[in-house]
Amino acid sequence: MSELTLTVMRLGFLAVLWLFVIVAVQVIRSDLFGTRVTQRGSRRGNAPDTRAQQQNTGAGRQAAPPQQQRQRRGAPTKLVVSEGSLTGTTVALQGQTITLGRAHDSTIVLDDDYASSRHARIYPDRDGNWIVEDLGSTNGTYLDRNRLTTPQPIPLGAPIRIGKTVIELRK
Amino acid sequence: MSVVTNTTTIGAIEAPSRRNTELLMLAFAVAIPVFAYANVGLAKDGSLPAGMLGYGVGLSLLAGIAHLMMRKFARYADPLMLPIATLLNGLGLVLIWRLDQEPAITTAALGGPMAAKQLMWSTVGVALFLGVLLVLKDHRVLQRYTYISMVVALVLLILPMFFPARFGARIWITIPGLGSLQPGEFAKIIIAIFFAGYLMVKRDALALASRRFMGMYLPRGRDLGPIIAIWALSLMILVFETDLGTSLLFFGLFVIMLYVATERTSWVVFGLTLSAVGAVTVASFAGHVQGRVNDWLNPLATKCVNGECGLVTETAQSMFSFGSGGLFGSGLGQGYSRFIGGIAPKSDYILATVGEELGLTGLMAIILLYGLLIERGIRTALAARDPFGKLLAIGLSGAFALQVFVVAGGVTGLIPLTGMTMPFIAQGGSSVIANWALVAILLRISDTARRPAPAPAPSPDAEMTQVVRP
Repeated sequence: MSELTLTVMRLGFLAVLWLFVIVAVQVIRSDLFGTRVTQRGSRRGNAPDTRAQQQNTGAGRQAAPPQQQRQRRGAPTKLVVSEGSLTGTTVALQGQTITLGRAHDSTIVLDDDYASSRHARIYPDRDGNWIVEDLGSTNGTYLDRNRLTTPQPIPLGAPIRIGKTVIELRK
Repeated sequence: MSVVTNTTTIGAIEAPSRRNTELLMLAFAVAIPVFAYANVGLAKDGSLPAGMLGYGVGLSLLAGIAHLMMRKFARYADPLMLPIATLLNGLGLVLIWRLDQEPAITTAALGGPMAAKQLMWSTVGVALFLGVLLVLKDHRVLQRYTYISMVVALVLLILPMFFPARFGARIWITIPGLGSLQPGEFAKIIIAIFFAGYLMVKRDALALASRRFMGMYLPRGRDLGPIIAIWALSLMILVFETDLGTSLLFFGLFVIMLYVATERTSWVVFGLTLSAVGAVTVASFAGHVQGRVNDWLNPLATKCVNGECGLVTETAQSMFSFGSGGLFGSGLGQGYSRFIGGIAPKSDYILATVGEELGLTGLMAIILLYGLLIERGIRTALAARDPFGKLLAIGLSGAFALQVFVVAGGVTGLIPLTGMTMPFIAQGGSSVIANWALVAILLRISDTARRPAPAPAPSPDAEMTQVVRP
């Protein structure tokens, strides 16, 4: 057997051995658990977007306000449940009224002992601003720590608290 | 309403089964040893070895059957452990076959060719692997046998004292007509079960009842009982069986598990102090251990064996082979590790062959493979939900890691050489069988840990309240 063949085999074997190690490390890397975005609609474009924002919700609460200043130009496009049993649910905002509560016919049905059956609603006014209104709930609706007494416009990213659930509007 | 059609839900990914990844990796893991086999044949005889097809088919069959059983009985288990174990075992078989090609160390007196026998032991090992997966449906069953496993492990550890020493160490038991086995290899699994069961119950007492002193938690005097008992036992192994490896393995395993169970650094400090004191004391009077330590300290000293003088120590010879291997090695089948003599190059010093023929590059790849296997074991321990499973997984991977360290350290001259074998690679039936069983238990824990949690029982009105409705 020629010297050249043996040298090629020798180096080739080392390369293959290391390839196995590298592939194994890649398998470990892809084995990390994370979050998955399940798209249940026709619009597929916002999946990575949602995912990025979802990761931000926990840590980025303080960092959010400066971002809002930039984003104020655009109207919010979706409503995101960021805490509570429905965490991760998003509803696209398309000019319709969204009702929140334990009642079955609500847009977002809250599984929350502290929520009333018809708790609050979110609707656009004539200028396209989104307004939140408390519907006479027992425990109240909080916008950014203030209990709502009158319908109020919702700033982007401001948390709306209903019982254990937190909802916010996002671009 | 169009609202529902645009709803997105973000949820946690359940661990997928990953058996297909495992299949691909297994195919890779079988191909590499077959390549190595062809390489040895081409280098030694200039032609493809005759047994290559049979060897490849045999290894594929073993791996394939193991994989199918995994699909059936451990669907969610880790995808890497089986391929890595297969690759290491396959490479070990090739290396032993390669050393069989050296007439000088394959004489009848030394046991003749060993590759076929090792292939048979590997088959038995895979059979035991499958047996463990089949019989052990839930690793928590082992918790019932905490104290029984203590007794069994003690018997296995003490038994070799009544058999004659071989190669200077009493770690074999000989069954006339059947051959011999090293009970220590099996004892390491069984004693890990005992430690896990024992520490799970006692860890609060060992962790909480302590005083803080100089940044360390000092345990109460009476809590030192277990560690002293295990220490005394490991010293007895060292004195009566004259085997540093087994002794180090058991004491080290206990200290690792104690540390993991209690999170107290003081136990590690105690453990290291005790083992240093013990090792120095014993090495100063036990002849065999003393010899090993001298070889380690002065590898280049010459000695006389059977009237033949000027012989250099095996430690020095293995270092020479590492040196002559260099960065990329001499190529499979083209090294001279046969000069180490006896069957040592096939068992204790097989890493020297790896180092010479595959060089530093290959040796590092092999050690990384061991590292990955151990990492998967520790990952299993992190993922396991029950404390017993966590401790058992840590114990098993810790025992495996200690064994790799003790052997690799001994061969490369970092610590005195001991009588343990490199898991999966080195020649030896007990070792390969026991390590397949060890991997099977780890895979069983991993399967339980990674199995997606069963869906919560639907409450009658859950459907009404948890769905976004139009």
